[in-house]
Amino acid sequence: MHGFAFDIAHLLAGSLVLVSLLLLYQDRMSALLNVFALHAVLLALSVGWQAHIQDAPHLYVTAAIALIFKAIIIPGGLRRIVKKLGIHREIETVVGIGLTMLAGIALVALAMVVMLRATAGADPLAREDLAFALSIVLLGLLMMVSRRNAVSQVVGFMSLENGLVLAATGAKGMPLVVEISVAFSVLIAFIVIGIFLFRIRERFDTVDIGALDQVGGERG
Amino acid sequence: MMVLATHLAAHALDLVLLVPLLFGFGLALLPSYRVSAALNVLASFLALIGSLLLLVARPKAGEYLQVDDLNIVFIVLNTFVAFTTSIFSATYIAHELETGRLTPAYLRFYHAMFQIMMFGMNLALVANNIGLMWVAVELATLTTVVMVGIYRTPEALEAAWKYFILGSVGIAMALFGTILVYMAARPVIGQGLESMAWTTLIQHVADFDPGLLNVAFVFLLLGYGTKVGLAPLHAWLPDAHAEGPTPISAVLSGLLLNVALYAVLRFKMLLNANPHTIPAGPLMVTMGLISLIFAALMLYRRRDIKRLFGYSSIEHMGIIAFAFGMGGPLANFAGLLHMTMHSLTKSAIFFSVGHVAQVKGTQKIADIKGLSVTHPALGWALAIGVIAIAGLPPFGIFMSEFLIVTSTFARDPLLAVPLVIGLLLGVGALMLRLSGLVFGEPTGRTDPVQASYIPLFAHFALVLIAGIYLPGPLVLWFQHVAHLLG
Repeated sequence: MHGFAFDIAHLLAGSLVLVSLLLLYQDRMSALLNVFALHAVLLALSVGWQAHIQDAPHLYVTAAIALIFKAIIIPGGLRRIVKKLGIHREIETVVGIGLTMLAGIALVALAMVVMLRATAGADPLAREDLAFALSIVLLGLLMMVSRRNAVSQVVGFMSLENGLVLAATGAKGMPLVVEISVAFSVLIAFIVIGIFLFRIRERFDTVDIGALDQVGGERG
Repeated sequence: MMVLATHLAAHALDLVLLVPLLFGFGLALLPSYRVSAALNVLASFLALIGSLLLLVARPKAGEYLQVDDLNIVFIVLNTFVAFTTSIFSATYIAHELETGRLTPAYLRFYHAMFQIMMFGMNLALVANNIGLMWVAVELATLTTVVMVGIYRTPEALEAAWKYFILGSVGIAMALFGTILVYMAARPVIGQGLESMAWTTLIQHVADFDPGLLNVAFVFLLLGYGTKVGLAPLHAWLPDAHAEGPTPISAVLSGLLLNVALYAVLRFKMLLNANPHTIPAGPLMVTMGLISLIFAALMLYRRRDIKRLFGYSSIEHMGIIAFAFGMGGPLANFAGLLHMTMHSLTKSAIFFSVGHVAQVKGTQKIADIKGLSVTHPALGWALAIGVIAIAGLPPFGIFMSEFLIVTSTFARDPLLAVPLVIGLLLGVGALMLRLSGLVFGEPTGRTDPVQASYIPLFAHFALVLIAGIYLPGPLVLWFQHVAHLLG
């Protein structure tokens, strides 16, 4: 039975890494948001599974937050913003997709090497969960630096945060996980409202971060 | 007597934590800004009283909260600067209403946020739980983001956005590090809150898996280091300082950076207590030196006065990280002293910069000239501040920098070379700016000063006294804390 529980946990965490890689090469806004919703659903399943095998009912709350808030409400809200701003066609990337994918694969390899070496003593489920989680975090970071558009940066940040929740739930019996996932949800809600407010104030024509650089010459 | 002491101690923590929280919510409901400004001062004063009570009567470490020899230094400094800033803010902020930069509704919000931010910072300092500390730092970050963007100009919104994104990445990395520390602690201490409490972590850390701790510390240093403003993760700092209200710039530089530094120091203590981990010092020394030299170079071509002092904060946080990275009783002592002096001096500088921006109606360095002619008190205050922050005698920063340089020369002369170069570059840049700002022919607007000078000169007086004579008990206390830091 332990083997089966272990395999399912692995499967879900591994799929999250795969979907993170999928996020990297989406070049349309609507597709990006759909893939992110899938990411959040997988996270909810993974957290729910951890709640089941660790016999930790409070983790179901975290799973529910992931499902309702991150898979439904946030992508829905972002879709509306994207439609209102009319930026659903192209996503500007800083470097080409191919190069980004290569960098992504390198980061996953790096995460595996670092985590598996550093945690040789820990129990196998925890260490491999951590390796997956670190890959997701690094891929999220890569997405944030390789995109110029504010909405896709936010998607990158949320996928990064999903990796953190995965790590936190994989750490058996960690206190405050629910509180931390609530705190993160508040943070994300703030970010999304922030984007929305930028637009409502009509201070900018786009939410392209590059276009916000008004103080130009003073940049350090 | 004992009963009274424990009674007082229990309430002291309430004053430090609950007062800001309750006032924060209360102030959001009050319509009059004059009343809320006064209440803001009152709440900050009560928190200061609470922290001073903690000095004499300290409660036992609990499950979630603790007060020990290390964090009490930070708590007292935090509440003191918050108190003086609230006085400055009370006399300063009405002018922002007159010029139309803020509306009454936003001002109400501003006072509420000020107290919530203080709650977040105080909670981060007294937390006995690495997860709780993380949540508190995030709370403090969120409130400062809102404050930075409160003027709602495009520049302010951009600064807030940048701060938000970089700060979020920072706290995300810090959380990953926090989880790793828990993973390292669990096999030894067992599941539950115990494995996240500082008091139990430090007792058992010698048995933790060193590999996990190493990776954890790298993430924690990068994560909380973003909030400290260490290069290359500093990009949010100058913008956030330049675009927010000046009292907030003072609190950011004087307090929030210290709170993040406190988190790094705590984790460094953990790492030091485990004999098999990599040494944490060299990492901090490297980041500190990079920040120092980079920021010192950046000081030269600044055109905005608040941005100039924002870079100066990066420079000083670099020096402090360097000192704590060197470690040992003397360097740690110098680091603590430097941190205290920098907080006091930099917040005082931002007070005077706030006056300057109000009388001149601009933050552009080129438009600010001849202050010593038009506003002698203000001009000299700014001159004193710049001289003090540049690390020239007879002020406290001179003493702490002198200690850092001499202790580095004694232990590792090669490291002292870049340190001294960075320091000299910084002094040069600030002196160049000083002559333009304070002396020369006055130009532009010259409105009278409306805000209070008291907080400003109170800080300078303390920095001057510390530069000339440090009281014996304070030296002993700092030495004790420096010893704790290892």
